[in-house]
Amino acid sequence: MTTQALFGQLLIGLINGAFYALLSLGLSVIFGLLNIINFAHGALYMMGAFVAYFLLQWAGLGYWWALLAAPLVVGLVGIGLERAMLRWLYQLDHLYGLLLTFGLALVIEGLFRNQFGSSGLPYGIPPQLVGTYNLGFMFLPVYRAWVVVFSLVVCLATWFVIERTRLGAYLRAATENPTLVQAFGINVPRMITLTYGFGVALAALAGVLAAPIYQVNPLMGANMIIVVFAVVVIGGMGSIMGSIVTGFALGIVEGFTKVFYPEASNTVIFVIMALVLLVRPAGLFGRTA
Amino acid sequence: MVTAAPGHQRLAFAVMLIVLIVAPFVVYPVFLMKALCFALFACAFNLLIGYVGLLSFGHAAFLGGAGYASAHAAKVWGLPPEVAIVVGTLVAALLGAVIGALTIRSRGIYFANITLAFAQMVYFFALQAKFTGGEDGIQAVPRGVLLGLLDLRRPYVIYFTVLAIFVFGFLIVHRAIHSPFGQVLKAIRENEPRAVSLGYRAEHYKLIAFVLSATLSGLAGATKALVFQLASLTDVHWTMSGEVVLMTLLGGLGTVFGPVVGAFILIGLENYLAQLGAWLTVVQGAIFVVCVLTFRRGVVGELGRWLGKPL
Repeated sequence: MTTQALFGQLLIGLINGAFYALLSLGLSVIFGLLNIINFAHGALYMMGAFVAYFLLQWAGLGYWWALLAAPLVVGLVGIGLERAMLRWLYQLDHLYGLLLTFGLALVIEGLFRNQFGSSGLPYGIPPQLVGTYNLGFMFLPVYRAWVVVFSLVVCLATWFVIERTRLGAYLRAATENPTLVQAFGINVPRMITLTYGFGVALAALAGVLAAPIYQVNPLMGANMIIVVFAVVVIGGMGSIMGSIVTGFALGIVEGFTKVFYPEASNTVIFVIMALVLLVRPAGLFGRTA
Repeated sequence: MVTAAPGHQRLAFAVMLIVLIVAPFVVYPVFLMKALCFALFACAFNLLIGYVGLLSFGHAAFLGGAGYASAHAAKVWGLPPEVAIVVGTLVAALLGAVIGALTIRSRGIYFANITLAFAQMVYFFALQAKFTGGEDGIQAVPRGVLLGLLDLRRPYVIYFTVLAIFVFGFLIVHRAIHSPFGQVLKAIRENEPRAVSLGYRAEHYKLIAFVLSATLSGLAGATKALVFQLASLTDVHWTMSGEVVLMTLLGGLGTVFGPVVGAFILIGLENYLAQLGAWLTVVQGAIFVVCVLTFRRGVVGELGRWLGKPL
């Protein structure tokens, strides 16, 4: 085995880990406040990539605009979904939220597949990020380095806002006891709406980052979301730091598995999940229910 | 206390049986057999969601896993169909015991999420293992001769065999629900701590229900593989797990006949909308959304409410 191959897989693992982290972070934030497993997360991630594609095709706006606009557009879509549908389900069994978002995912993915087929549409790397760094032991494509660093920054910023600011304190308080927080004069329903919007905006951001690497494909989210669910279970549902750390770590583990035992690379995350559940049913970073 | 089924449920059962006996002479039997396999699958699934309150999002593993096992047994080992079906069903039971033992302590959304992940593990196994044939699946599975007497290659013979298997599975679910065991399950669903305080080992009961549900899903999958002479990745994919949730939800969660009605509606839809391609997914998703938002009792649930009698 060459070190080049080893580090190459490690890098791919890190990239996947960055997407796992961004997506599971969004899921965790949503789950914490809304108690909903957002099955539509993968579909909204895919929408993020498509917004980038549309911006380029129809408006000639490139990657950097997409990075700004896609989370906004998809976040607004999310806010619309929350206001129109999800909010009617809060007083019901949480399973209905899962079922509703599953249905939404089918609708969104079906519509895009109808329009664009199942093959990927190309999306170029922005000119500023083309090229590779020669690190001596391997060649590191600039764009991939950017994805890892940028998503790490976004993840840590999110963690900081939720765990270290006043706004985050309101959010955490509302997670614990929404009725009491509302009694203190904080508009909890609006906070819930914005939280859902923020969570899906993170998914859209991941979609834009993924577009130049995986192409823009209507099924890109469907393939991703199931793995991300396993990541969330391993990290412990609702844990912010847990989802960031497990996201990156599992990406790397997956990358290494591709080098040493490729047959298991698709299943390794699920095997880890089974093992973690045996030892810690609430996940690595989760509190026991 | 053993509770008998109320009179109107017996009547509904008789009507269903008569319709299903007459149907193959009017409607295309292959469509009916497909719907019957899914109806049994949905009934097995409903045992868990309707009577224990556990939403499994991984039931495709049992349907598809059993399908592969029975197809392999019939084609490669050359076993007669009745044995092949038993092999498939047992494999599903075993899978159910393993997955159930690992997941049964979790509940609610966690349970849904974890069963989904385990089913995905089974999917990737099926994708990569040698004997499953990967993307091709196991094709041209021989139907064979049932018990050395009944030639399953003849359309009506196989139809009535499938109907018999469906009725057998339906009655097992029915028996389980109306037994003391079923009463304990309902008690656990309504108030688990109280059931535990009365001395019932809740996890034990839930695990038995899970394995029973997996086994009957396996029976459906094993039968389906022989009917269509095919075991493929479609049956282990997570969209299949979603489909059975939709069937049960559309028919009515926790109703006796709901899953059957839901399966027939959905398979019928798939049959007529097949040429529309991805629109089918959109329609399915839209039905999901409408059901969850406005129609949570499902077709049979609403009908039962209208008649004032649970069906």
